[in-house]
Amino acid sequence: MSDTALSRSERSRYLVLALPAILMMGVFFAIPLLQVLWLSVSEPRLGFENYQEIATNPLIARIWMTTLRVCLITTVISVVFGYVVAYAMTVVGPRQRMGMILCILATFSFSVLVRAFAFVVLLRTEGLLNEALLAVGLIHQPLRLLRNEVGVVIGMAHYGLPVAILALYSNLRGINAKLMDAARGLGASGFQAFRLVYLPLSVPGILAASVLVFVYSLGFFIIPALLGGGRVVMIAEYIRVGFEETLRWGYATMLATTLVAVVLILLAVMSRFVDLRKAFG
Amino acid sequence: MTIAGTSAPQERASHALRLNGISKHYGRHVALDDVSLNIPRGQFVTLLGPSGSGKTSLLMAIAGFMAPTKGQIFLDDRDITDVPPERRNFGMVFQGYALFPNMTVEENVWFPLRVRGVSRGSALERVRASLSMVQLDHLGNRYPSQLSGGQQQRVALARALVFEPSLLLLDEPMSALDRQLRAELQWELRSLHRRLGVTFVNVTHDQEEALSMSDEIVILRGGRIEQAGKPADLYDRPASAFVAGFLGDSNFIRGRTTATREGSFELTVGQATIVQSGSPHAVAGSHSPVLALRPEKLAVSRARPNLTNALEGTIVDAKYQGSAYSVQVRSPDLGLLTARLAPNPAEPKPEVNASVWIGWGADDAVIVREN
Repeated sequence: MSDTALSRSERSRYLVLALPAILMMGVFFAIPLLQVLWLSVSEPRLGFENYQEIATNPLIARIWMTTLRVCLITTVISVVFGYVVAYAMTVVGPRQRMGMILCILATFSFSVLVRAFAFVVLLRTEGLLNEALLAVGLIHQPLRLLRNEVGVVIGMAHYGLPVAILALYSNLRGINAKLMDAARGLGASGFQAFRLVYLPLSVPGILAASVLVFVYSLGFFIIPALLGGGRVVMIAEYIRVGFEETLRWGYATMLATTLVAVVLILLAVMSRFVDLRKAFG
Repeated sequence: MTIAGTSAPQERASHALRLNGISKHYGRHVALDDVSLNIPRGQFVTLLGPSGSGKTSLLMAIAGFMAPTKGQIFLDDRDITDVPPERRNFGMVFQGYALFPNMTVEENVWFPLRVRGVSRGSALERVRASLSMVQLDHLGNRYPSQLSGGQQQRVALARALVFEPSLLLLDEPMSALDRQLRAELQWELRSLHRRLGVTFVNVTHDQEEALSMSDEIVILRGGRIEQAGKPADLYDRPASAFVAGFLGDSNFIRGRTTATREGSFELTVGQATIVQSGSPHAVAGSHSPVLALRPEKLAVSRARPNLTNALEGTIVDAKYQGSAYSVQVRSPDLGLLTARLAPNPAEPKPEVNASVWIGWGADDAVIVREN
């Protein structure tokens, strides 16, 4: 793309066509973001006192640790399970594949409240899952699946999974299935063929899916609030509290800025290892 | 099964393959229909046929990627029908080569040894030797995407041969290469085959490639073997009109037998009478025999030729092809015929609409089975 033979006048003509999009991004995205940044250094007084709290307030570090831990576990679960489903999508027939895609897309249409309360019904002590496990005799006491990190991770993985599946599928379907045959033909067992050929070729997809799910899950606050029962406070929820309840806007915007910074750092680190443009299609 | 890394030199001796009544059904579709075939050790055998003839299915059955519905496959005297592909110890060059894009050339060639438990260090010498066999020793650190099509093809060959396989299977190995490279690689494949003595089974739809490379050609059609034999035998004595038309070009002459003599017979086509040696019943079950006449056997001249069969005709078109002219002649009785003429200084260059004589001897055409 770097050395396409576009003349200067052609270039500016195309730039005009892109202008509405650039304006939209500016008005609705860049300006509000700058406002957040500005609030974080001007509320309640001009200066960096909000940022000093990162060092002085242990609560921030603890909330960040919870956030990173929960998001990391969510990401690993989503990507591992997503890999299995995405792989299956590359080998089934076109009709089955269409059915699977429809099911995955359908999950995006369930409201977060419906999902969260559905999980409450499923996971609570007298819930469907615990009752079933007790009845089969696999457990003798109900598992605690709600009002803790387990519940939060389950709820968030439910969001992360379809995202991971779609990101992985777009990578996996690009892997030439013949390579696996070639590996088998040259003497590799099924597992060796997977480990030496398929898995390395799917690394860009795994990284892309991981970044997507991780970044996506950083912003969750309703799921942690409902399934964590107030015990699992994550950064997004803490920012909301700052805006809506304690009304410390300067403090909340400072936290929001750190969140944006974490995401950007993550993407920057990732771009060193993988061509993001290619990974995200 | 021997592990390649420890095999003694004498085990490099080639192997014979025997197919016994192989059939493959996909629902009601029959891909292979009772195919039996003997491939003697050390032969270069080509499975030739148009698309859908079953040649690729047959190769996949040999490789172990496709389980036959019926029949057995024997390597020497061992039944390998149910042996999975990774334990057959066959080398395979895939269509499009299927090199691993995440590995360098050396790692690709190491791969078959690696999965047999040979470490990189102890494999290095054999990997280098295999690469130098295909003249690529200087490109070991490149990735496949940095190589040309011909170079990728050689890497695929080196990778398929490095573990001293019992058999080398080639699935349309040249189909992605341009003409000149193809000719060059044909020579190389032949010389590799001679040097290694390994049994080669090649699949192609290119009749020229089949003729020039193989010890034996197996022509497949509709999932069955149409004819098998040495290239020259198949070319000179095709059994059916299909083989005569698929392997090289042929003119077909269809008529009524009107007289039978000792060692020859007469065929009437329109007003013309044609003399052909042999018996009209040479091909079982055909009352009106079909004659296949190669374009190079058909003479075209201004004067009446001194040949058993001579007919008048008109040149419809003439193509110059460098080493020869391809000439279309219309005969009132036989219709359109194609002749291949070496440029002859004694004869003027063929001209469209010129009246000419065409002729051939009683032995020049072959009696073939109608399709």
